[in-house]
Amino acid sequence: MAETSFPPVAFDTHPSRYVHWGLQIDGAVATLTMRVQEDRGMWPGYELKLNSYDLSVDIELADAVQRLRFEHPEVRVVVVTGGYDKIFCAGANIKMLATASHAFKVNFCKFTNETRTYIEDALTSSGQTWIAALNGTASGGGYELAEACEQIYLIDDGNSAVSLPEVPLLGVLPGTGGLTRLTDKRKVRRDIADVFCTRAEGFKARDAVKYRFVDGSFSRSRWADGIKARSAATAAATTARPTDARTIPLPSVSPQVEGDTWTYQYVSVRVDRTTRVASLDVRGPTEPPVPSAEADAGCWSLRCFRELDDALLRLRFNELDVGLLLVRAKGDPALVLAHDAALDVPGWFSSEVRAFQARVLRRLDNMAKTLFAIVEPGNCFAGSLAEILFAADRSYMLADDAEENAIVLSPASTGRFPMHNGQTRLQARFPGDDDARQIAEAAASRSKAIDAGTADDMGLVTFAPDAIDWDDEVRIAIEERCSLSPDALTGMEQNLRFGGAETMDNKIFGRLTAWQNWIFQRPNAVGERGALKMFGAPERAIFDYRRT
Amino acid sequence: MAINYDDRIPNNVNLSGDKRLQRALETWQPAFLDWWQDVGPEGFQKDDVYLRTAISTAPGGWAHFGHVKMPDYRWGIFLEDAVPDRRIPGGDHAGEPVWQEVPGEYRNTLRRIIVTQADTEPASVEQQRWLGKTAPSMYDMRNLFQVNVEEGRHLWAMVYLLHAYFGKDGRDEADDLLARRSGDADKPRILDAFNQPCPDWLTFFCFTMFTDRDGKYQLGALAESGFDPLARTCGFMLTEEAHHLSVGELGVERVLRRSAQLTKLDPNGDARAQGGIDLPTVQKWISYWFSYSLDLFGSELSSNAADFFGAGLKGRWNEAKDFTEHRALDQYYRLPVVKNGSVVEDEVPLRNAMNEVLRQSYIADCQRVVKRWNAALEQEGTDFRVSLPSSRFFRRQGIYAGHDFNREGDLIGSEAWQRQQDEWLPSAADRAYVASLMHAVTEPGQMAHWIAPPRKGINGQDVAFEYVRHA
Repeated sequence: MAETSFPPVAFDTHPSRYVHWGLQIDGAVATLTMRVQEDRGMWPGYELKLNSYDLSVDIELADAVQRLRFEHPEVRVVVVTGGYDKIFCAGANIKMLATASHAFKVNFCKFTNETRTYIEDALTSSGQTWIAALNGTASGGGYELAEACEQIYLIDDGNSAVSLPEVPLLGVLPGTGGLTRLTDKRKVRRDIADVFCTRAEGFKARDAVKYRFVDGSFSRSRWADGIKARSAATAAATTARPTDARTIPLPSVSPQVEGDTWTYQYVSVRVDRTTRVASLDVRGPTEPPVPSAEADAGCWSLRCFRELDDALLRLRFNELDVGLLLVRAKGDPALVLAHDAALDVPGWFSSEVRAFQARVLRRLDNMAKTLFAIVEPGNCFAGSLAEILFAADRSYMLADDAEENAIVLSPASTGRFPMHNGQTRLQARFPGDDDARQIAEAAASRSKAIDAGTADDMGLVTFAPDAIDWDDEVRIAIEERCSLSPDALTGMEQNLRFGGAETMDNKIFGRLTAWQNWIFQRPNAVGERGALKMFGAPERAIFDYRRT
Repeated sequence: MAINYDDRIPNNVNLSGDKRLQRALETWQPAFLDWWQDVGPEGFQKDDVYLRTAISTAPGGWAHFGHVKMPDYRWGIFLEDAVPDRRIPGGDHAGEPVWQEVPGEYRNTLRRIIVTQADTEPASVEQQRWLGKTAPSMYDMRNLFQVNVEEGRHLWAMVYLLHAYFGKDGRDEADDLLARRSGDADKPRILDAFNQPCPDWLTFFCFTMFTDRDGKYQLGALAESGFDPLARTCGFMLTEEAHHLSVGELGVERVLRRSAQLTKLDPNGDARAQGGIDLPTVQKWISYWFSYSLDLFGSELSSNAADFFGAGLKGRWNEAKDFTEHRALDQYYRLPVVKNGSVVEDEVPLRNAMNEVLRQSYIADCQRVVKRWNAALEQEGTDFRVSLPSSRFFRRQGIYAGHDFNREGDLIGSEAWQRQQDEWLPSAADRAYVASLMHAVTEPGQMAHWIAPPRKGINGQDVAFEYVRHA
């Protein structure tokens, strides 16, 4: 089937507009019910049968995941369940995947993967526990969604099962973290996991419990009570969430779009289609912060990063041709530091904002686009925004004669924003050079301005050309970059960005995703008789059995 | 302890020489008997029932008659005799030699197919367990028990396949077949129709007529399987299934005849006033169970159906005999589908429509019976005729589920459906009325008032023969 081009994707939604999910709050327990409307997928050409999902379904889930942190601080437990009898969720819609372009598939999987790591982040950062209440069969992405939750319960009705049928049915991988979480999170024995992943029908309650694919099961008559008891017990055991917090509503952050320029309050994007380069400007705050206890979603720390998040997603899905992002931070570094400092106070809101910023910065790390940071006079690469500088593949800092062009490291760079590999960006920057890292960390603890020459010496920027060389150096770097193979660049960047040890997250975005994306390109999956193409078709797949 | 297996369990699968089967049956057979005592026909386990037992596959061997207590029934294991050099009838492997062992790549799928079919057999015994207490005659009571023991034997046949070919997984599944219970909230049977209650004899006749007939077509499709032991098992089961179908067909026919007679007898043409079931009510039962049974064929558009056919696991009805082209590729099927609020024809790949192809064979079969019923009504001198509703009417599975159709298959919207469904389907009052007629008639040869006697007895015996000797 031919690849089709579709209108741009927007990520802005609200529970009042959800089509596929219902969100109910009952005290400390929220219930998120998946009830996918078959005929209301994002695009025509497929029906979302059996509670299968496409991007439109996952955008709503991602929205709920974020809102539950800010708008419902009292919620300690989130129960995810299905709204239909006998089926929890059948995973990503296969027809949608089979007809989607490779780029879309990859972006779709990355987005869904990020959302699932956010579910886990809800517990690690905020003590909000997600429980999967599998009221019917959870297959493929349905079970992977459950794996992202902290506890999984499966109804024991003699029929319902958990399964990862991707290998036997589709010739691809359970790529939404499914494989990685089996061994790394649920600690399933690898040979049992092997059996599970090649057995299309998976395991019903008895074996699923026995081998730790789920944490427990309840019969149909005990189901509602059992889930209620577990969620109540979990909520009672949670102390990390506030009991008297106010709600912070998250307003829409959609940009004004004029031609190839998108403007938000603190972020703007300009796309140059001829050169395939986009400029991403992030503006610092213009006012001092209000005390955290009075802050709302309009505060710079949250607003600016929400806008950045939206811009990154739009760039990924809607601007496939753009290969290079020139990132600039503009504004007053002192005000950025002041806003960062306002989040240093204890309290659920400041802690949520910090965790949110960390998630957005990880989204930045995951961009399949080159990131060049451009550091010019008037920049505010300071504190939290200095992380953007360290997320970049390269940075160019103008060594001005007046030595006014400076960056400011702050303690925020020494632990507030862990990457997917569990390291700070400074740790990842200096993998074999403890001295350099310690010098940078010492500078961070003092929050002093660092000029271009010093930054260059300290290894904090890649190049620091002077005013005479600046224009040419930057231009040539951009032109050279844009001439290289986009595939090789993505692979190269993703490898270099995440040096050092691995974590489960890192394996998901690295190893699992890379294998999946390779398989997604192979004839055995997407060739004329590939398994993914043939699923649901009258003919069966034909494989080239040579191992690669 | 040495057990003479061949004596206790009639078979043609060399049970006495097969250690693996013996080991499996050693634990399963007592569990089966416990299950039978537990949820088999309630209140008649000690009675002597005039039953037919299959003791061999030789001509006539399937039908040995005699009085026997049901728990002592000799449930046997029979495969149809092997056809030399049999070839896979359909799908991508069409024409290749059939498989005598399960091909690894299809093992899980085949097990699923077998378990789903097998699950229906004990389910119907459970559904019908109370009916003996309200049998309209001793003859009918015997037929009920015959159906029950044969469903039990069909379970044996399927369990044999699970035990013989599917290793430990197969043994576990065989155990689970005895653990699920029809209508149980926690351990329901797999298919919905087999969790419906069977509270009255009109339901029983309709169930054996329509729902067991689905079984006939499923068995027929499996008799065309490339997995030879499955094909041979199902081939033999089809012979027995034919009896169940005639119990259903003739049972409904006897009710229709009696209803027509009582309608004529009543000055106002009201069969209910005469203590019978009126013809429109019988029609509602027919519509209900026909529609419910259509669901059992699966969705009109199904990737599973395409896979099963392509893999050679299932064929069409009479695949080997009636078709010349067995791959069913690059062919299309015209299927009415709902699009933008109306029914339009769509062309779909034939393999994906295999459920619908089988369903249409079934519907044609049902139509033949309806024709015979209407001939009976004509004989009885009434103008009333029964009919089958559209295959889109009252569906809960497949592409028509979730839409409201009238009996003719036109979309009508949910308001019209709410208003009219009691005209088309049994209402609570209808069910209560039919239930009120259910009283046991225990004298040999006597019939309940609402049903006509059969034209002949079983195995050449008189209708008044003592088919059930109470202990």
